Amino acid sequence: MNPRAYRRFKSHVMVGLMGVAVLVAVLPLLAILVSLTLKGASSLSLAFFTNTPVPAGETGGGVLHAIVGTLMIVGIASLIGVPIGIGAGIYCAEYPASRLAGITRFVSDVLNGTPSIVVGVFVWTVVVAQQKHFSAFAGSIALAILMIPMVTRTTEELIKLVPVSLREAALALGYPRWRTSLTIVLRTALPGIVTGALLSVARAAGETAPLLFTALGSQYLSFNPDQPMAALPLVVFTYASGPYEEWHQLAWATALVLILVVFLLSVAARLATRQRFSSNG
Amino acid sequence: MGEQPPRMETDKLSAMYGKFTAVKGISLSFAANQVHALIGPSGCGKSTYLRTLNRLHEVSAGGWITGRVLLDGEDIYASSVNPIQLRRRVGMVFQKPTPFPTMSIRDNVAAGLMLDGRLPKAEVDEIVERSLRQAALWDEVKDRLKASALGLSGGQQQRLCLARTIAPQPEVILLDEPTASLDPQGTQRIEELVVSLKEHFTIIIVTHNMQQAARLSDTTSFFYIGQLIEHGTTKQIFTAPTHEQTEAYITGRFG
Repeated sequence: MNPRAYRRFKSHVMVGLMGVAVLVAVLPLLAILVSLTLKGASSLSLAFFTNTPVPAGETGGGVLHAIVGTLMIVGIASLIGVPIGIGAGIYCAEYPASRLAGITRFVSDVLNGTPSIVVGVFVWTVVVAQQKHFSAFAGSIALAILMIPMVTRTTEELIKLVPVSLREAALALGYPRWRTSLTIVLRTALPGIVTGALLSVARAAGETAPLLFTALGSQYLSFNPDQPMAALPLVVFTYASGPYEEWHQLAWATALVLILVVFLLSVAARLATRQRFSSNG
Repeated sequence: MGEQPPRMETDKLSAMYGKFTAVKGISLSFAANQVHALIGPSGCGKSTYLRTLNRLHEVSAGGWITGRVLLDGEDIYASSVNPIQLRRRVGMVFQKPTPFPTMSIRDNVAAGLMLDGRLPKAEVDEIVERSLRQAALWDEVKDRLKASALGLSGGQQQRLCLARTIAPQPEVILLDEPTASLDPQGTQRIEELVVSLKEHFTIIIVTHNMQQAARLSDTTSFFYIGQLIEHGTTKQIFTAPTHEQTEAYITGRFG
């Protein structure tokens, strides 16, 4: 084989190997989506989105209570967790050498690796046990605790990616430091920060363990965050571990709804933060 | 000229990063409405020196100074001076173009105007147009003022940064190798602009390019390892330097 053909051969082999790696990485995701759709879609109907559950044995019924519950629990969690996480991330990026930033980074990394069920038990101890009843709000606190370290770390990393030259250009124009941070640096990093925050929201929306000890779940449509509330992952958990075949069907359908909700959330947030101008006006 | 008090002056100015001294006791004065060039090999402290003039040096990690910097006879490092307000009087353009990526072309030029409260929109539009005209960019961007500044070429971006710097009408403009990242055509346009702008502003330019210093400037200062070796009119520095090092540098024998 001449050298040129040999080099080409090596190149093709390597590209082929990388293609295999991509396939292996994407395959589980596709498999999940396909099986969810195959098994869940047949149970989906308009009524599934607009009704609350019916007693076991009857057919019909839906997961409206859990859709509302997930939106409320995750919504409140995001209201708590995203601003705190972004604030902490800005602090760590602006004062990188400070002691507090070092501690924040360390605690965030530890918390990121903490199993979510531990957070659930913790919130059960400090909130649920004190109040003596389960509540959606306690669930939101548990999810917020999971979101904060993720948001903090991604915010810090993305702010650090904004070139120093941009910060200096703003300062040289007479921008005060707070304004430089907020209107130039944070704005520039914003699309990435939104993506990071969304990832944490999506992760929170899919968490089951921390909600078992806090929001508990419920069969009824409720808008009161001080009461137990249903959530999609809890419904999946209940139905999937139940004894009835119809329940298993509902679990598949609910899982599909959960994926849809997360997907719609990310599309909405992307639309809200997309750049306002095109490249040529 | 000559008898008028200088627009800007430094008095035994030293600039440090932590324990490292980058600029050593430099006394220089810059007359108004002239172009002043700072030349010297890399690492000679000329950029650091420039950054002390708008107090940007102190933003760098460990940056501090001794000595005095005077703007219109007033010490800009006095405790009564707010560095934020000072930087609105001493503008700066950097080596690489730094348009704000989230802002349109118009908003980039107006960025320095909105800092002391809102101006009427008509007035902002007027200043934006005037600044873009002064920066010789108006004709190229007048139809796409609302487009992203990132769509411009490197040379256009640099002129945009120049427009952004002159919009708030500073007294002094600092240029830190403003053509280092531009092609010859872009460089030429910036050079023409610098000469035309000295009618309104006092300009201090750091450059690596000897021909550029010779073409543009009225005075030239030669820096070497943190020290000012020689200062004089550009003509004198380039035709009859008194120091051997200066001559060696400008004739290209070192640096």
